[in-house]
Amino acid sequence: MSKDNQILEDFTSKEYEHGWSVNYEADEAPIGLNEGIIQWISAKKEEPQWLLEWRLKAFRTWLTMEEPKWANVHYPKIDLQGLRYYSAPKQTKKPKNLDEVDPELLDIYKRLGINLNEQKRLQGIAVDAVLDSVSVATTFKDTLSKLGIVFCSFSEAVKEHPDLIKKYLGSVVPMTDNYYAALNSAVFSDGSFCYIPKGVRCPMELSTYFRINAANTGQFERTLIVAEDESYCSYLEGCTAPQRDENQLHAAVVEIYAGSHAEVKYSTVQNWFPGDKNGKGGIYNFVTKRGICAGDHSKISWTQVETGSAVTWKYPSCILKGDYSIGEFYSVAVTNNYQQADTGTKMIHIGKNTKSRIVSKGISAGKSQNSYRGQVQVMKRATNARNFSQCDSLLMGDRCGAHTFPYIDINNPTAKVEHEATTSKIGEDQIFYCNQRGIATEDAVALIVNGYAKEVLNQLPMEFAVEAQKLLALTLEGSVG
Amino acid sequence: MSTLTKQTKIGSLIDFPAKGFESARSQAKEAFEIQGLPGAKTEEYKFTAITKKLEQQLTDVTMAEPFEVTPELVNSHLFEGFDGDVLVFANGHFQSNVSSQIEGIEISLLSKKSDTSIGKIAKPEKDAFCAINQASFADGLFISIPKKTQLEKTILFLNFTKISSGQVIQPRIWIEAGDFAEASFIEQTINLTDVTFFVNKVVEIKGGLNTHLHYYRLQNEGSNAIEVSNIETDIQQDSTFSSVVISLSGEMVRNNLSLNLLGSNSEGNMYGLYLLNGKTHVDNHTNVDHTIPHAESNELYKGILADHSRGVFNGKIFVRQDAQKTNAFQQNNNILLSEDAVVNTKPQLEIWADDVKCSHGCTTGQLDEEALFYLQTRGIGKLQAKGLLLYAFAGEVLEHIKHEAFKTYCTQLVEDRLGAKL
Repeated sequence: MSKDNQILEDFTSKEYEHGWSVNYEADEAPIGLNEGIIQWISAKKEEPQWLLEWRLKAFRTWLTMEEPKWANVHYPKIDLQGLRYYSAPKQTKKPKNLDEVDPELLDIYKRLGINLNEQKRLQGIAVDAVLDSVSVATTFKDTLSKLGIVFCSFSEAVKEHPDLIKKYLGSVVPMTDNYYAALNSAVFSDGSFCYIPKGVRCPMELSTYFRINAANTGQFERTLIVAEDESYCSYLEGCTAPQRDENQLHAAVVEIYAGSHAEVKYSTVQNWFPGDKNGKGGIYNFVTKRGICAGDHSKISWTQVETGSAVTWKYPSCILKGDYSIGEFYSVAVTNNYQQADTGTKMIHIGKNTKSRIVSKGISAGKSQNSYRGQVQVMKRATNARNFSQCDSLLMGDRCGAHTFPYIDINNPTAKVEHEATTSKIGEDQIFYCNQRGIATEDAVALIVNGYAKEVLNQLPMEFAVEAQKLLALTLEGSVG
Repeated sequence: MSTLTKQTKIGSLIDFPAKGFESARSQAKEAFEIQGLPGAKTEEYKFTAITKKLEQQLTDVTMAEPFEVTPELVNSHLFEGFDGDVLVFANGHFQSNVSSQIEGIEISLLSKKSDTSIGKIAKPEKDAFCAINQASFADGLFISIPKKTQLEKTILFLNFTKISSGQVIQPRIWIEAGDFAEASFIEQTINLTDVTFFVNKVVEIKGGLNTHLHYYRLQNEGSNAIEVSNIETDIQQDSTFSSVVISLSGEMVRNNLSLNLLGSNSEGNMYGLYLLNGKTHVDNHTNVDHTIPHAESNELYKGILADHSRGVFNGKIFVRQDAQKTNAFQQNNNILLSEDAVVNTKPQLEIWADDVKCSHGCTTGQLDEEALFYLQTRGIGKLQAKGLLLYAFAGEVLEHIKHEAFKTYCTQLVEDRLGAKL
């Protein structure tokens, strides 16, 4: 047993490899939050008047709201006045293409393994890279625009497609939705906007890479994906941050709108800095993600691999409004050391014959706490709704915790809802079996964990699946028990 | 947390404490003042708006006085085949003159015991109603089963309620069992009035080493009973505790059932069946706390909901850091029979130990069309087939009742109810 623990510990103690930071000149807002700052941000981004008013309205609502206390996470109170709400790499003029982007910025992404230049040549993924608060580069824009697809930074979209933004912004996550969504609505700096016209199938994966570089800065990005009727797109999101001693706040909002027969697949590999071995530093990740299946036969699928952040508070949800619409949620959440994760999903069945599927795999190691919190709600009119939920927890080490809080609210007798959950650990027999066949214990753990998470990893696009698998092994390195 | 404390009628009970138990009462009062009555946003009472219900339905907030119960009345309400001992309560007050004299165990009023530790197991901090009871209950019953006493006869708590206008009944029972003791209890209430009343009950059970206890409850008081009960048990090494709760009617019923496993090799079983119709609202909150290694808990709650009824289930399993090698299982199944029935379920696991086997499952659905069709092809009418399948569904809980006569009685009630659907 103790030997086992030793191996687990070695396995889980590998450190964060994206912890470096780069010094570049940045354009920053003064520290603090008030209406002046919001006006400053809005002016900086040359936003129209309606958007400024929208922000101010959100800010005023936010002032009346209270920080949610119900999540199973504990952290010192965040001093929201001590944060900087805007930080952008200084650029004299807007780059027309990648060649004009500051090489130092491109280098940051190169170190992250996302070579924007290379992406240009390799057919595959269109990337929108967001550093601190602003989008620095978007690739493949021209190819996409031929199909009528809009994929650009949020601020660009505000200028070029104001009607679309006006129509859909806040339509899925209202500005008053919750404390952090309201805060985001007031101060959001940038993010990605994606619009797929009717009947278009997006030929490549769309991807955004987020990075927090500056210290003492909150990142508040806003992503909006609109898939018109009969369209399809697959969207990837990745995140990293430098290693700093103080905690940083990340409060993003993602909204997805899917028209009838449209399908949106949203995948996240979240690898924000989780804090060091003693729980110092790390990102507070308070994200609101929600999609609406507005039309009949539409589908939204969330896949997430959560390995980073000191505290995660995140519930990607689906509102199944259209008849025959489908919502899916696949999640692997790994916590190690002092990380805390409270994550799950909400499936709101409104339309008839709607289906949802939840597969959540939690892995806790070290002294971490991992909670699944989910809600399946079948409204009165949602006849023949079907839900299947499975949430499994894997515990490594005797100092960590795994918790499940599923809420199941059924208001219609034709609903079929199933929920199952298990909690277990990696058996000594399983490890022994692998050892016997010449697989070292550390590899055995990676093998077992990957097998355990396979159902979810299979849902990821290929490029991400490889990264996610590596990330899983990495996060858990030194934690076998 | 709600701040309704002072304004609400039911909360005013704490200002008129009965005699005795001064320190326990003031402690409870303090605990109540901190938490207040549960409001709409209180997580634990999210789906059960009990405070609002009491506000609307309770015209008079005074403690119900006892009334005279005759031996004939008692005998006429014993279920068929019952051969155990009966302890009779009138509006929550113990009636020794019509109760059985049970040899070998100690039974007395709580007020006669100077050294009780009421409130040590069912802590007033945990629940507002538990605090109200502790602050204002009139008197309760103390039962002590000595070491190595195995009671062959089951003890029946027979509660009679007879009230003029919606009053409050606050029974309180303390049961302690010595090492190697065995006993079983049945709790049943006979309602003799048709006005709305509120029962706020607390039962504390303290087990010794290697004690084996069964606790059965039948809730069938009719549609004017509003009830909150807090039953909490501590069990020690090598002990077992099994509980079966059958809920058949009530205006609004909230059962808080908690079990603390304090010794290794202990086992807790909790079973429940709720068969609801009309506007009945039944809320079962269970809580199993695994504090030590090598213990086991099983939980199975099943519900059949018709008409405008609402069923709430919240099962919590805590596995503390030291509780390695824990096995904890929990299951909740529901069948909805009507458009207006609602189920809210939350099977919750909180696990801090790694070497455990824990699982929970929960389903909500309808009868299997194919099973129904199969029975129909065998010449069984649709309604009858439905009754048969529902009965089979409920039977899984009923079979955990180890007292034969009580099992037959409950089975009869369930059959009648499901037969009414025919």
